Amino acid sequence: MFVRAILIAAAAGAALAAQIGAVQAQAPGSKTLEQVKARGFLSCGTGPGVVGFSMPDDKGVWTGLDVDFCRGIAAAIFNDPEKVKFVPLTAKDRFTALQSGEVDVLARNGTWTLSREAELGLLWVGVNYYDGQGFLVRKKLNVNSALELSGASICVQQGTTTELNLADFFRSNNMKYEVVAFATSNEAVKAYDSGRCDAFTTDVSGLYAEKLKMANADEHMVLPQIISKEPLGPAVRQGDDQWFNLVKWTNFAMLNAEELGVTKANVDERAKSNNPEIKRLLGTEGDFGKALGLSGDWAARIIRHVGNYGEVFSRNLGENSRLKIERGYNRLWNKGGIQYAPPIR
Amino acid sequence: MAEGYKLSPTRPAPWNDPRWRGALWQILTLALIVWLAWHAVDNAIVNMRARNIPTDFSFWNQPAGFDISQTLVSFSSASSTYGRAFLVGLLNTLVVAVLSIAVATIIGFIIGIARLSDNWIVARLAGVYVEVIRNTPLLLQLLFWYNAVLKAMPGPRESISFPGGIFLNNRGLVLPEPQLAPGFEWVAGGVLLALLGALIFKVWASRKQGTTGARYHAWPVLIGLLIVLAGGAVFWQGTPVTFTLPELRGFNFTGARINPEFVALVLGLSLYAAAFIAEIVRAGVSAVPRGQTEAGEAIGLSRGDVLRLVVIPQALRIIVPPLTNQYLNLIKNSSLGVFIGYPDLVQIFMGTVLNQTGAAVQIVSITMAVYLVISLVTSLAMNLYARRIALKER
Repeated sequence: MFVRAILIAAAAGAALAAQIGAVQAQAPGSKTLEQVKARGFLSCGTGPGVVGFSMPDDKGVWTGLDVDFCRGIAAAIFNDPEKVKFVPLTAKDRFTALQSGEVDVLARNGTWTLSREAELGLLWVGVNYYDGQGFLVRKKLNVNSALELSGASICVQQGTTTELNLADFFRSNNMKYEVVAFATSNEAVKAYDSGRCDAFTTDVSGLYAEKLKMANADEHMVLPQIISKEPLGPAVRQGDDQWFNLVKWTNFAMLNAEELGVTKANVDERAKSNNPEIKRLLGTEGDFGKALGLSGDWAARIIRHVGNYGEVFSRNLGENSRLKIERGYNRLWNKGGIQYAPPIR
Repeated sequence: MAEGYKLSPTRPAPWNDPRWRGALWQILTLALIVWLAWHAVDNAIVNMRARNIPTDFSFWNQPAGFDISQTLVSFSSASSTYGRAFLVGLLNTLVVAVLSIAVATIIGFIIGIARLSDNWIVARLAGVYVEVIRNTPLLLQLLFWYNAVLKAMPGPRESISFPGGIFLNNRGLVLPEPQLAPGFEWVAGGVLLALLGALIFKVWASRKQGTTGARYHAWPVLIGLLIVLAGGAVFWQGTPVTFTLPELRGFNFTGARINPEFVALVLGLSLYAAAFIAEIVRAGVSAVPRGQTEAGEAIGLSRGDVLRLVVIPQALRIIVPPLTNQYLNLIKNSSLGVFIGYPDLVQIFMGTVLNQTGAAVQIVSITMAVYLVISLVTSLAMNLYARRIALKER
């Protein structure tokens, strides 16, 4: 009896050890694309509810710029934008989730910085939204510039570059301030709304989103100053170049499609076009998808299911959304912005 | 069989000896555990390296670059390190824990005694307090206090002002900022000396009472010494502390400030723990036999003295062990301050520092170790106290 119990315990120990070994074998360099195909869906790390970027709507369907990006990847791989599992991640555990392989791609309005790439072992595939940190204040404070905020109490979500930028801004302008940091953005906004702070700070896109949630949106305004460069974009783990390329070119394909005037509505019609650039994009000339591990019409699938960058922007952030954020820097390079994609050839 | 049979038992072979066998299994089990633990740690390190997650503690001395709202030691985003941020967070946790424990104990004892009161209304009110507080989640209560405290307060420009330069607004309680004058050490020394003198007198008085039964009160001695020593120092050196009155400048008042986050956390934690402490106190007092009270009354002690000298000392023996549990719960619950923006260890170190450095395993381990040490020290101190007040059986 006793011996049998010991034998069972030993067997359980051995099984556990085998499992540990198995985890170790699954090194990050292994083929993400193959894993995604075998699994049958893409695991996409998104925000826990950021208006315009990743937010479940009233029917529980995820929408947003980052969400549509992941749907684009799923469309390129499976020809089905629904084959995505969205994993809502807080700012705190998003990178760990990507590093440990819980998600295949992190499209969670994350800022591209050196330390995040070099120290955390991640790779940013590009910038799908050029953002910057700003301040939301009450109009009745009569503050017209961030430089007038000396001595103010400022609510902020902790654990992001936002806290560092805030400290840098006040230090470099020799101004005093009081920081009140909260674990979640919701708590920080609530404290600002209840009057604990004079200003709330985060990326400008986020400020517009939070402003919408306020009881009286008209009583608040976003200050014109932008105190940091926040290039937001999707990231992947280092060590799998094929996957890195696939995710990177999903972004570029959407940008190139806008530049070439290929939209969700006209993609099938434009496939018959004689323009060689469009033909290469939509896979009717050359076989560029194969190099990415996909079929030739990979980009056509993205555009058919999700649309080009301009459409996605306007639907989620721009004139066709509730946020109504100006395109600004996010216009294409030939329209006065800085969004520029390398050519497909 | 019959031929080799002996009455005196021989030593069995080692594999049949229960002692040997027991030891062998213990060694094997231990080896298995050690091997599993080693494997888990090694596996974690290998995988962390492969994923470029930092595995060392080099972040400790790197500049932090962020600011903290409540700092008991100097901290600036320009020059302080992550290690310093850890210290700030640790001190903030300790100050909340110590203060909340003190407040919770006082309120808990009052409520506990009140529940046993002969006054129907007092007993019922105490009962309602206990039932309401201990049957709702602590986090909810913290959010309630934080939002209730905040929402009820006016903005800085409409502050409620109290006499003596004290202002109350939704940024907290603003107090005149004390500045130490040159003669401060003398006055502080005088106060300390007076306290020491009173303590010595108290020891002498209790010894005297033990031998002769005569009672001498220590408090007139303390007051006398304070007037002579501290008052003399003030007379000689001038006022030891000067106050700068708060002034509304820009967005808020200058001056010393107590943040609403701190108040809400101390309030929430101590009121919550007090409900449990009250029940423990009630149980402890109820457990002292009725005869003890009657005996106390029979020798002519007043009701207060019966409680103070007869009932409470005996009740404490029952109260202290479960009270320790409540203290430990309170210390651990202080980490909920992260939800109301209080910069404690969890908020600063496991929040901001973890996110900026990415050293998750080290930081979570350190934080767990810190809570473990604080809890063990508290529990050790309480156990020592329990041993001191234990019934001495001779």
